[in-house]
Amino acid sequence: MRDTGHIHRVDWTDPALKRRLAARHRSDGYLRLIGGAALGAACLVFALLVGSLVYAGYPAFTQTHVTLQFDVTGDRVALDAPDAGNYRAITRDALGQLFPEVTSRKDQRALAGILSNGAQYILRDHIVANPGLIGHTITLTVPVSDPYDQLAKGLIDAATPEANRRLNDAEIAWFQKLQADGAVSRPLNTGLLTNPDSRFPELAGLAGALRGTFYALLVCFLISFPVGISAGIYLEEFAPKNRFTDMIEVNINNLAAVPSVVFGLLALAVFLGWFGLPRSAPLVGGMTLALMTLPTIIIATRVAVKAVPPSIRDAALSLGASQHQVVLGHVVPLAMPGILTGTIIGLAQALGETAPLLLIGMNAFITQVPDSMLEPATALPTQIFIWADSPERGFATRTSAAICVLLAFLVAMNAVAIYLRKRFERQW
Amino acid sequence: MNQMVIEKDVALQQGAKFTTRNVDVFYGDAQAIKSIDMDIPDKTVTAFIGPSGCGKSTFLRCLNRMNDTIPICRVSGEILLDGDDIYARSVDPAQLRARVGMVFQKPNPFPKSIYDNVAYGPRIHGLAASKTDLDIIVEESLARASLWNEVKDRLDQPGTGLSGGQQQRLCIARAIATAPEVLLMDEPCSALDPIATARVEELIDELRQNYAIIIVTHSMQQAARVSQRTAFFHLGVMVEQGETPKIFTNPDDKRTQDYITGRFG
Repeated sequence: MRDTGHIHRVDWTDPALKRRLAARHRSDGYLRLIGGAALGAACLVFALLVGSLVYAGYPAFTQTHVTLQFDVTGDRVALDAPDAGNYRAITRDALGQLFPEVTSRKDQRALAGILSNGAQYILRDHIVANPGLIGHTITLTVPVSDPYDQLAKGLIDAATPEANRRLNDAEIAWFQKLQADGAVSRPLNTGLLTNPDSRFPELAGLAGALRGTFYALLVCFLISFPVGISAGIYLEEFAPKNRFTDMIEVNINNLAAVPSVVFGLLALAVFLGWFGLPRSAPLVGGMTLALMTLPTIIIATRVAVKAVPPSIRDAALSLGASQHQVVLGHVVPLAMPGILTGTIIGLAQALGETAPLLLIGMNAFITQVPDSMLEPATALPTQIFIWADSPERGFATRTSAAICVLLAFLVAMNAVAIYLRKRFERQW
Repeated sequence: MNQMVIEKDVALQQGAKFTTRNVDVFYGDAQAIKSIDMDIPDKTVTAFIGPSGCGKSTFLRCLNRMNDTIPICRVSGEILLDGDDIYARSVDPAQLRARVGMVFQKPNPFPKSIYDNVAYGPRIHGLAASKTDLDIIVEESLARASLWNEVKDRLDQPGTGLSGGQQQRLCIARAIATAPEVLLMDEPCSALDPIATARVEELIDELRQNYAIIIVTHSMQQAARVSQRTAFFHLGVMVEQGETPKIFTNPDDKRTQDYITGRFG
């Protein structure tokens, strides 16, 4: 036993000790401060990002419309062929009636330019759906063209010299009269989500891009989920532990870090080149995204399977379960929440991938919503890319609005993943 | 409780349930078990005692081939169950484990209902022809594990919601549902409080009328209370085996004597 004759005593009231204690507390405080400042900086940057996006994009969530009287006369529209009627003339006259002082052809064309180019088609579709309206005067609300939309939202500065402005004084005066008459309204821009892409910003929407993204993610999920889970389970449960499987593991981890543009080049060469699949098709986009999501799902599966405690396996084995019964009946169900969380996160990443989709051509100008996975389509991130390149003012706000829509989807998917994780988290 | 004198020779007269000859176990290059020769009789409780790390659990796991699941573990020698080598090629380890059940140190019920826990073994081996048969098996197993009265009204509740002692009895019920001939118990009471321990020990005494039971235990008092035969292990070698009263009062080997008197633990 130790000799405890001399006992080491400490004078806890020693001022030097107190100073050291204070210094320790100060260090604690500094650490907290640095951590808090770092977190604050990150939050600030995030707030700036989201704030600037919302600020730039919120005008695009409303679209200026004008309500006018349209004379759908029998000489313009034939009863037996309502879709072939001269709706352009009808829309021109609707405005012409309100401004009888406009006489020159140039001015008349400018006046007609208040309405969106799509107004005539909206009117046509309305009459074709209700042929009984032929021969009557109807009231319809149609969107205005982009420059007037910007004017209504106050984004055109009237102070700049007329020559530098998009709209001259006369045009502005016409529009202000319409506003004074109460014909102008600014409802929610549902077209942003329901219309396909268009040359005209006031008619452009994300419907085609949303459908293309949906198809691409669906294909991605259908390919990467079963393959990823099976590979992950095999690697974790059945594969022998040798150098070959070590190499596979290293390669999978590397694949997860490969830049996405490389997958795009691969898809271009193999899917479009060798296999001859159609360009810009969501099927090809989905296959490319599946290649990128596969490593993420494999890694998530392995981690989730590793986390299942050996006691459950032992219990099942000791009752005489074969290996596949243990894996499929016990390990996989218990690992499923972790696997699903990893999958959703992987899909959320795939949702925002732009480079590979650009390389396979999903940034073409497509004005119809695709009906199948083999038709050309755009995806949400590539649509943003296209709009960002367009010169019209209306596209500038719509780009930011589309980014907000994309972010909303990302946040929603990640929130679902986090909710699932919390709900099914098991304390072993 | 422990009819030591009367059953002394009856057990071995019936022929050993398990016979092991020259069993060695290696983990990679390190030898964990050296040359074990043992006879384990039927319808008796045999206790394995010894200090930590002496190889009792490793040897126990050889008896139902659970060591097969550890890649670096290598078992050599002969282990016979009713005269048949359990490591023969024709033997299916899964079926062996249905005949030789195991209960672990920490209760590990499946995160399923109590009914599904007990029914798992019969289900995967196809032991029940119909739902009614399965119901009967579940009820009998739970009754034999003296848990039926406590859970008969809540068979669909999760097994993990029971108390520690009840969970261990559930694990015992689960193990006996496949109608095993041998029950291996690896320190079944070490995670339980004294009252639950006493109940499980009572249960073991009842069960030995139908099964050969091998229990690994750190507690010598428990071994003395519960078992009819005891084997003392030390550093991977089985030092001595024999009737429990003899081992605890008059052992042949000095190492056994030292362990029992508490010279080392």
